Amino acid sequence: MLQKLKSKQDLENLRKKIVAKKEEGKPLVTVCNGTGCHASGSVAVIEAFRQEIRREELTDKVAIKATGCHGFCERGPIVVIQPGDIFYQQVKVDDVPQIVGETIIQSNVIDRLLYVDPATGKKYVHPSEVPFYRSQRRIVFGNNGEIAPDNIEDYIALGGYSALAKVLFDKSPEQVIEEVKKSGLRGRGGGGFPAGRKWESCRNAPGEPKYVIANCDEGDPGVYANRSLLEGNPHSVLEGLLIAAYAIGSHEGYIYVRNEYPLAVENATIAIKQAEELGFLGKNILGSGFDFIVHINRGGGAFVCGESTALMASLEGRVGEPRAKYVHTAEKGLWDKPSNLNNVETLANVPLIINKGADWFTAIGTEGSKGTKIFSLVGKVNNTGLVEVPMGMTLREVIYDIGGGIKEGKRFKGVQTGGPSGGVIPESMLDMPVDFDELTKAGSMMGSGGMIVMDEDTCMVDTARYFLTFLEEESCGKCVPCREGIKRMRQILDDITEGKGEESDIELLERISATLKDTSLCALGATAANPVLTTLHYFRDEYEAHIKDKRCPAGVCKALIRYYIIDEKCVGCRLCEKACPVEAITFMGKKKPVILDQSKCIKCGICKDVCKLEAVGVK
Amino acid sequence: MVTIDIDGQKLEAKEEQTILEVARDNGIYIPTLCYHENLVPYGACRLCSVEISKGGRSRIVASCLYPVEEGLEVKTNSPRVVNNRKMIMELLLARCSQNEVIKRLASEMGVEQPPFRPEYWEDEDCILCGLCVRTCEEIVGRSAISLVNRGVNREVAPPFLEPSADCIGCGACAYICPTGAIKMDDKDGTREVYARNWKKEFKLKKCKVCGNYWAPEEQLEYIRKKLNLPADFFDVCPNCK
Repeated sequence: MLQKLKSKQDLENLRKKIVAKKEEGKPLVTVCNGTGCHASGSVAVIEAFRQEIRREELTDKVAIKATGCHGFCERGPIVVIQPGDIFYQQVKVDDVPQIVGETIIQSNVIDRLLYVDPATGKKYVHPSEVPFYRSQRRIVFGNNGEIAPDNIEDYIALGGYSALAKVLFDKSPEQVIEEVKKSGLRGRGGGGFPAGRKWESCRNAPGEPKYVIANCDEGDPGVYANRSLLEGNPHSVLEGLLIAAYAIGSHEGYIYVRNEYPLAVENATIAIKQAEELGFLGKNILGSGFDFIVHINRGGGAFVCGESTALMASLEGRVGEPRAKYVHTAEKGLWDKPSNLNNVETLANVPLIINKGADWFTAIGTEGSKGTKIFSLVGKVNNTGLVEVPMGMTLREVIYDIGGGIKEGKRFKGVQTGGPSGGVIPESMLDMPVDFDELTKAGSMMGSGGMIVMDEDTCMVDTARYFLTFLEEESCGKCVPCREGIKRMRQILDDITEGKGEESDIELLERISATLKDTSLCALGATAANPVLTTLHYFRDEYEAHIKDKRCPAGVCKALIRYYIIDEKCVGCRLCEKACPVEAITFMGKKKPVILDQSKCIKCGICKDVCKLEAVGVK
Repeated sequence: MVTIDIDGQKLEAKEEQTILEVARDNGIYIPTLCYHENLVPYGACRLCSVEISKGGRSRIVASCLYPVEEGLEVKTNSPRVVNNRKMIMELLLARCSQNEVIKRLASEMGVEQPPFRPEYWEDEDCILCGLCVRTCEEIVGRSAISLVNRGVNREVAPPFLEPSADCIGCGACAYICPTGAIKMDDKDGTREVYARNWKKEFKLKKCKVCGNYWAPEEQLEYIRKKLNLPADFFDVCPNCK
């Protein structure tokens, strides 16, 4: 049981005590246990470290810390050893005895576990030198690597909850709102609405009680930044929520987190319990007289529940369907009371702004978008993971400098930003600075910070079809344009990819898109046409090739492509013959090209994938 | 009171009114499908979309939900409104390609055929306007049916598509349904309330005087209990009382 803190001074004393304890300088093994590393086996690696350290009788001399996501998911599980700040990647259970024996006991670096830059062949020892991290500005996400999410002391050691103490004792609610307004912090959940103004209208709205809510219902395919923040640094979100509550005059809040994020639920639950024990939650917080409680609400996994009014309906126990927002939720939200909803990344920025000041924050970013943004960099890029960069960094820097360029040396084709209802941005716009306004201008959006990189082998019509299929499934079905319109657009795109497209289809897609945008009840429908509109805008020739020439230039749409054997390259090695699931390939003798029977071929492409001589073509 | 402008007419309105209410009060036609004056506005059909402008910027809003404000300018028939309304009707007609009500309404807006390939036309009657569900909840107080499933799989249904224990057979859903998707038939002392995917049968009460069957027993029992009436109160029909 932790001792309750009764004043600002108590908190400072505790922090000093924790820091002094840490400075005793025990060697420390930090293992990333975020979602990505978890999937690549970090739990077993952590257990192996525990056992090995016990076997070497070092249990009291070496500390092990399982932290949240370090971001470089492509190279997980990631292990960082202190002292020395040694960065090991793709660590397996079998590597653990050697790491303990050589690095921890003898302080030697194990060469083969270091990160090698595939572009230059150079090896790096420290994480800060690795190109993936070098160009990032990890103000929000960086602490993930320092913190065991189930240990509030780690967060306090880094100055955690000092921003809360600062506002409770040194600032009026109005001053807090002023500071956040001055910082220019905009909502990281999608809309980019200025957080300070949102807080102010909620504070000024008549009605009691007022509610504050943290939105962790991130549901876009390929996006997991919010998840990793709440999993890895739950107290930063909680502290942001507390500061918002104080500024708004709210005494009760919710963390809405989807149940598919079990670790986020677990870590947030532990964080709340510890914060209650230390007196950061409950009555008379730190002796300031301010009261606040927070509940966790687990979402059922509907994408639409990330939308504010649907989320609030779901919180109330009703079906998660949106309603019109002509009266804002800041005035009439949860149970028709003034309610403030912020995304978890937005909230995690708040303690930083309070501690370091709005001027510090506004020095980062662009004119209209201040601070940093965490992107989920995924798709056909070498370094997939979570990257935090200052607003205004160009797409090229994100994808090439941090992301290490396109996989297998292929050519970049486009990047889908902002999740399923964002848009695809083409190669010609790679030098575009990424911020809220530039992305919107390009027909896409910041959304929740998804960046799905696509290479030359991606068909843009098929991509648009994929995202519309997702949105069709996730539309709540309440309003006609979204429910019926997305379905019709998806049917048209199905037809185009199957070679049944007609020239009038493009105009019809544009007409439905216009109505979706204008008349949909919520942002899901209003933005659903973005993938179609942007691909039509930037890759119209590809649509035309499908419709007029019945051809898929990227070689993806099965109805429009044909695999063939390039006779002069084929040596009859039989690899494709063995791999073909439908026996469409016939062996004709050694050193003779095989024969592919088009009538049997199901166009799965396995023959092309297994061929080592590039002797299978597609057209 | 505020003054707003609808299609060039300056109109006085109460502050809590919606654009649609002000339009109806003044005889200005805005088509609707999911609106009913006795129910909480829902905003699902979007047919009542109008174009509003404030400070040089215009946008489309659902008039059944948008509260009026001083100086609001509304256009109910601008080209943008007409185009959107037409597309919504085309979408509804593609869903309900055989429904006479939808066909007639579409025709009034100049839509004779859905612009999609005929193999995709559907033969639904229900447009998912939710009038039946909301009537059952807000007016009758039973919530016997609800909107289940999401997106294209959404449908009006009693729990598990079984005859609902909460349904009293009042038929308000059939009465309010704008497209005839829910029907009600009385025959030989039995009432059937049904849609394509569900059905419930009710025994009708026989009047002790005239011998006519006049209302479902479950409905009469619900009313009797609610109003605390004597056990024999409904033994005689209103005509014979």
